[in-house]
Amino acid sequence: MQQAIIAKAKELLANGSVNRVIGWKKGEFSYDITPDVFTTAEAIDADFVYDDFCGANVSKFLMKISKGEGKTLAFLKPCDSYSFAQLLKEHRIDREKVYVVGIPCDGKADINKIRENGIDGVLSIKEDGSNYVIDTLYGEKTIAKADVYAERCVNCKSKKHVDVDEMLGEEGDVIASNRFEMVEKIEAMSSEEKYEFWKNELSRCIRCNACRNVCPACTCENCVFDNPNSDINNKAAANSFEENMYHIIRAFHVAGRCTDCGECSRVCPQNIPIHLLNRKIIKDVNELYGEYQAGADPDERYPLVNFTYGDCEPSVVYERGGDK
Amino acid sequence: MQRIGVFVCHCGTNIAATVDVKKVSEVLLNEPGVVFATDYQYMCSEAGQNMIKEAIKEHKLTGVVICSCSPRMHEATFRKAVASVGLNPYMLEVANIREQCSWIHKNVEEATEKAIILGRAAIAKVHLNAPLTAGQTPVTKRALVIGGGIAGIQCALDIADAGYQVDIVEKEPTVGGKMTKIDKTFPTLDCSSCILTPKMVDVAQNENITIYSYSEVESVKGFVGNFTVGIKRKARYVKEDICTGCGLCTEKCPQKKVPNDYNLGLDNKRAIYIPFAQAVPKVATIDADYCTMLKTGKCGVCSKVCTAGAIDYTQKDEIIEENYGAIVVATGYNPIKLDAYEEFGYSQSPDVVTSLEFERLMSASGPNGGHLVRPSDHTEPKTIVFVQCVGSRSTTECGKPYCSKICCMYTCKHAMLCREKYPDTEVYVFYIDVRTPGKNYDEFYRRAVEEYNVHYIKGMVGKVAPENGKLKVQASDLLNNEQLHIDADMVVLAAAIEPDKSARPLATLLTASMDTNDFFTEAHAKLRPVESPTAGVFLAGCAQGPKDIPETVTQAGACASKVIGLLAKDHLVGNPCVAHPDEMMCNGCSTCANVCPYGAITYENKDYSRRKDGTMIRRVAQVNPAVCQGCGCCTVACPSGAMDLYGFSTKQIVAEVDAICR
Repeated sequence: MQQAIIAKAKELLANGSVNRVIGWKKGEFSYDITPDVFTTAEAIDADFVYDDFCGANVSKFLMKISKGEGKTLAFLKPCDSYSFAQLLKEHRIDREKVYVVGIPCDGKADINKIRENGIDGVLSIKEDGSNYVIDTLYGEKTIAKADVYAERCVNCKSKKHVDVDEMLGEEGDVIASNRFEMVEKIEAMSSEEKYEFWKNELSRCIRCNACRNVCPACTCENCVFDNPNSDINNKAAANSFEENMYHIIRAFHVAGRCTDCGECSRVCPQNIPIHLLNRKIIKDVNELYGEYQAGADPDERYPLVNFTYGDCEPSVVYERGGDK
Repeated sequence: MQRIGVFVCHCGTNIAATVDVKKVSEVLLNEPGVVFATDYQYMCSEAGQNMIKEAIKEHKLTGVVICSCSPRMHEATFRKAVASVGLNPYMLEVANIREQCSWIHKNVEEATEKAIILGRAAIAKVHLNAPLTAGQTPVTKRALVIGGGIAGIQCALDIADAGYQVDIVEKEPTVGGKMTKIDKTFPTLDCSSCILTPKMVDVAQNENITIYSYSEVESVKGFVGNFTVGIKRKARYVKEDICTGCGLCTEKCPQKKVPNDYNLGLDNKRAIYIPFAQAVPKVATIDADYCTMLKTGKCGVCSKVCTAGAIDYTQKDEIIEENYGAIVVATGYNPIKLDAYEEFGYSQSPDVVTSLEFERLMSASGPNGGHLVRPSDHTEPKTIVFVQCVGSRSTTECGKPYCSKICCMYTCKHAMLCREKYPDTEVYVFYIDVRTPGKNYDEFYRRAVEEYNVHYIKGMVGKVAPENGKLKVQASDLLNNEQLHIDADMVVLAAAIEPDKSARPLATLLTASMDTNDFFTEAHAKLRPVESPTAGVFLAGCAQGPKDIPETVTQAGACASKVIGLLAKDHLVGNPCVAHPDEMMCNGCSTCANVCPYGAITYENKDYSRRKDGTMIRRVAQVNPAVCQGCGCCTVACPSGAMDLYGFSTKQIVAEVDAICR
C-alpha cells in the first residue's frame, strides 16, 4: 500500500492537480508516526511512510493546511473520512480545496498492546497475512494482528468511506460492531461503581490537552478551556473534581458531532479510555433519537440541533431509570 | 461599582404573610453595592413607584432590584418607572419572591431565607447589567387565522372589516367547522345553517379575506409583527379556480362506498365530493384514499363529465409562504373517542350514538333528511336515553377532568326537539348536575322539564346492553335512591370535547404554551384572555377552552380587536435582550443557526487577516437583532461559547448561581 500511496502522491504533485500532500512521517521511533505535509517528490521519497502504525487521523490538519494556495491531497482511512465529512458540514474545510484519496484499512496496530504481548524494542512492522512480523532490537517476532489491533479497530464501525474523490484499492462496507459493549458494562454498574471507575480512570489525567488537540470535533477558534472569559479555563491547578469536569465538558461539547474515530484514546499518554464518554453519548443519541452516525450524511442535521415531533420528552430520563 | 437600591414588596399579605419583608430588606442592605433598601406594602402602586423614583434621584442609584411578584406581572411597570427618572430600564431586575417563594412556602423562616437568596441573586446579576436600548421593527399588516370554524370566520370578518388583509387556513375542504354539522342552536332554536351560511358567504366575498381551504400550516418563522408562515395546500385534484361547483362529478363518480365524514360516517359519499350544499369554497375534492383513478389509474369518469375541465389527477401538495403580523389560533374541538367507554355499548350497537351524530340524524341535511330513525333498522325510536358527562368531569385515566360546558345545553335542546317533533317519544336525561349559567339558559332547561316533560334523572348510567333490538339501560336514580332499568330504542352519549389533534403540533410551531389538556393557555386568565403568552399569537374558540357558540363569537370579536390593535401600529419596540456572537470565538459551524427557531442567524465571510498569520477569511455568525427573540437556544448550543445574550449573559447567570450557592 505504501508504494501505491507514494506513487499516487507523486503523480498528483507532478501533474499539478495538488500543491501539497498530507501524509505520515516517522518520528523518533518507528511506531511514533506523525502527520506531515509534503510538497516535493524528493521529500516524499525521503520521509513518507505508510504502515500499520499510521493510525493518526489527518482530517483535522486539513482545516489549516488546505487554506494555502491550490489543492491539498489527503489520504483518508474510512474512519478519517467520517471526521472529514463532519468538518465539511461544520464549514471548517472548503471541499473544493481538498483532493481526497480513500485508502482501505483493516485495522492499525496499537504499540501498547504489542508491549503487553511482551514485545519490546520495536524497530519496524510488516504485514504477513493475518500476522505482523515485527523487527525488534531482540530479533524478529511474529504476532497475530487481531491480538494487537487498537481497540477502535477491533470495534471498527465502517470499512466504507464517506466522501472521496478516488479510491486506492477496494471500497468496503459499513459493518456491525460491538463498540458499545464496554459502555453497556459501565451502564450496568451502580452509581457508586461508576463513580469509582471514572474517578480511577480520570485520576491519571495530567491535563496535557492531547485529546482535545487531536480531536477532529474540537475545532473551536478559541477553546473554552483556554478562554479566560469562560470561567472554566486553567482548572489544572484546582481540585480533582473540577479537573475531571474537563473530560465531561469536552464530551458534551462534541456530543452529536463526535464520529467515534478514537483519536482521543489513541493519543492519551495515560491510557485513559476517553472514547467511552463519547460512546455513551452516541449510544444515548441512538436510543433516544434513532441511529445516527456523525459524518455519515453530509446534509443531515445532528439530532441534538434538530427538532422533530417524535423527539423524546425530558421525562425519558426517569423511564430510563434516572433518579427523580 | 454599581449603586443598587433594593425594594421589597409586601404585596398586601401575599408576600408579607410568609416572608419577613423587613428582614429581607435589612439583610440585603448589607450586600456589596447596595446603598439603599426598603420595603413597602404595594411597590406597584403609584406611591410605591414614586418611592423608587425618589430613591433613584436621592441615592444616585445605577441599578434597581425589586423583590416582588413574577417579572411577567410587573417588570414592564417597574421598567417604565425607572426610565421616567432617567435610569436605563434594563438596569432593573425583579426577584420573584411571590410565585416562586411566598405562595409556595408555609414556613416563614424558610421562606424569608429563600427570599433573601433570590434577592441576592438579582443583586449579583445587576452588578453585571449594562444599559440596553431597544430597536424598532415594522409590522406586516396582514393576519392569519388558523381554523375556519365559527371562531375563525367571525375573527376574520372583524379584522377584515377594519381594513386589514386576513387569510384563513382551514384543513377541511370547506370553512364552517363544527357549526355546519349542528342542526339547531340553543337557547333560541334557530337553525345553525341559517345563521352560519351568510357568514360563510361574507367570508368568501370579502375582498380582504383569502381562504386557503384544504390547507394546513406547515412552518412558522419570525416573531410578532413579522411571521413567515409556510402553508401546505393539499392536493384536492380539482383546480379550485376552474371548478364551478356544479356537482355533476359527485353524482357520476362510480365509487360510492366512501364514509361521509360530514355525516360522521353515518352514510356514504362518492370519492369526489362537495361536503355539503353550502360549502365555501364550493369546489369538489377527490378523496385520494378511495379514488379508483388515483389508486389504479383506471377510471377518469369525473374528468370526462366535468365540462369545465377542472379535474387534475396530477396535482401535488404545494407549499406557499406568506408574511403575517399576527396569528389567530382557532383550531376548535372534537368529541373524544369513546373506545374506553365500552359500558355504554357505543361500538356494539349503531343505535348508541354521540350527540354530534345525533345532530346529523336530526338535521335536514343529514343522512335521513331530518327524519329521526334508528341507524340500525330505520324505525322511529320511542324511548331515547341521553347520558351526560361521558368523559367529562372524570377523574379516571380515559376521561377529561374538565367540564365540557356545552353538553347540558345541547342535550336539553335534543330532548326538547325530540318531544316537539315526536311527542309520543319518551325522553330520559341522566345527569350529574345540570349546568345552565348564561342568558336564557336556565329558562330553556326549565321549559324542557316543565313544558316538554323530559324525564331528568340525577344519576349515572351504569351499563347499556343491546338485546333483541332494544338497548337495556341500567341506571341509578340518586334522588329516589333506586335502580332503574329502561328498554331504550336509542342512547345518546354526550361525549366530552377535546382540542383538535392538530393543536399540539401547531403549538410547537408557534412556541405557544398549552395546558395539560392541550388547550392553548392565555397570557393571563383574567386580564389577557385572548392573547397567548407568545407575542403576536391570539386565541379564539374551543382551542382555548370549551365554549358554546355565543361565547365563541364574543371571544373571536375580542380576539379580532386585539389583532387590529397590533396591526394598527406601524412599528413595534423590539427586545434588546438579543444574542450576539463574539466573532473572534465563532467557528462558523452553523450549530446556532440550526437551533435558532426564528431564523435570526446568518453567516458572513469576514477578513481577519493579520500580518503575522497571512490571509484569514473566517465564516462568522451574524444575528439579526430585529428577528432574534432572545430565547437563548444558540447560547447553549454554541460549542465554542461565542454566542451570548444581552441582559442574560453567561457571566450574569453564573453570578446568580454563585450568589445562590454562596
